[in-house]
Amino acid sequence: MMTLKEKIKNGKFIVTAEIGPPKGIDVKSQMEEAELLKSRIDAINVTDSQSAVMRLGSLAVSCLLKEKGIEPVYQLTCRDRNRIALQSDALSAAVLGIENILVLTGDHPVRGDHPEAKPVFDLDSVQLIGALRILEAGRDLAGKELKGAPRFCIGAVVNPGADPVEPELIKFEKKINAGAEFFQTQGVYDVEAFAKFAEKVKHFNTCIIAGIILIKSPEMARFMNKNVAGIFVPDGLIEEIEGAADRQQKAAEIAARTIKELKGLVQGVHIMSLGWNKLVPQILDKAGL
Amino acid sequence: MIITKQKKAEDIMKCLEKVERVFIIGCTQCATVCKTGGEDEVRKMKDFLEANGKKVAAAEVWDTPCNLLEVRKRARDSKDELSGSQVLLLMSCGDGAHTVSLGTGMSVVPANDTLFLGQSERAGKFNEVCALCGDCTLFVTGGYCPNALCPKGLQNGPCGGVKDGKCEVSPEIDCGWLLIYNRLRDTGNLDKMKKVLPPKDHSKSVRPRKITVDAVRKRQ
Repeated sequence: MMTLKEKIKNGKFIVTAEIGPPKGIDVKSQMEEAELLKSRIDAINVTDSQSAVMRLGSLAVSCLLKEKGIEPVYQLTCRDRNRIALQSDALSAAVLGIENILVLTGDHPVRGDHPEAKPVFDLDSVQLIGALRILEAGRDLAGKELKGAPRFCIGAVVNPGADPVEPELIKFEKKINAGAEFFQTQGVYDVEAFAKFAEKVKHFNTCIIAGIILIKSPEMARFMNKNVAGIFVPDGLIEEIEGAADRQQKAAEIAARTIKELKGLVQGVHIMSLGWNKLVPQILDKAGL
Repeated sequence: MIITKQKKAEDIMKCLEKVERVFIIGCTQCATVCKTGGEDEVRKMKDFLEANGKKVAAAEVWDTPCNLLEVRKRARDSKDELSGSQVLLLMSCGDGAHTVSLGTGMSVVPANDTLFLGQSERAGKFNEVCALCGDCTLFVTGGYCPNALCPKGLQNGPCGGVKDGKCEVSPEIDCGWLLIYNRLRDTGNLDKMKKVLPPKDHSKSVRPRKITVDAVRKRQ
């Protein structure tokens, strides 16, 4: 079976989903969700204390997925670790057979549940991608030789809705040059606006995997519009979910429709269900994937 | 300038719990500008402490409490008042408090919290624009420091948390990287932003930092 890295290289359409480790060590529901997704997706992202809320580690849960025969995408943020810990954790992932690492800056701790924590950000996302490529070349950031070099499939994120978009594009290009092989995007709702972004980045010829965030309620959509950078849920979609008798069905329908419309523009989709992973199989059915 | 903020009165009183006689020392420099250790504030502090049952042996505003030689001189001049006090209440920055403690050998209580190296925008409004990192890159970042202006100190562009030009940390904070981007764009220097800045060398800011300026020493 092809790995995510090979599928990306071969231009295959990628489907990824996401699970969030629990606060604690009871991973039963996450493992059930993963089992449900297993036959339908190429890989599952495991978030790294997302929103700066302390949780079970993304490396441990990535490892549990790997044991189940599911390819994990280990999310690694710059928020909590300095360059020694980041390199060390990347090597730990490699030795555990985890190849895919998604590099993110990470939310500032003041946004999370330990606002008193010391923010680290010793490296930024561009520098971390570079560091992983240096490790692959058999050295560390200090130039010291490694005994056994790792191999990674390195992903990064890009926000097509960033305003202004130019600084985002500059950073996007830096990430490509540093060695990012694929990009997962912030949630996309407005396909027309996304198409303009896709056109702008077409010449980079990189693998873009569009983010799909299920709209669970009109309140959630309005909250994201107000508070989440780069997300824009059009009023029409908010009305649709507001008027729906069954919101789960409607959320799945909207996601499937968006995926269908995006198919020709991207090399994959990344579905962030926010706890509604059981809907993912039917979303993929409806989207014809 | 060193920006300070006066501690809450109850916190100062807690530090002075078992103390009867206090010597209050302000500063004519930064703390005067910040209204945390000038003549007015020192007088108010004296009145406040006396109203709360403390004896104030002296209340003075020293010229530069951060200058050890100056402190030693003042300490000689105020020998009697110092020996008549149990603690010194410092209405200065932490540097002043530390230096006075060293120069007098006495216990100090800081009346202020020391916040940051600040730019004075206008009277009473101060901004942190330099993080004292020891490795200045302002020439590539359009005169805006990402270490001071970006709460994450990112080196290679904005994170995904920019909303309406503001930082995810607070809607009060402008995204430092958008300031940098706008300046570089407007001055035709965007190529600088396209270059990857390497990881910062934190060995240049290992604490405590000391420096001896040879040119000054030779002159003396």
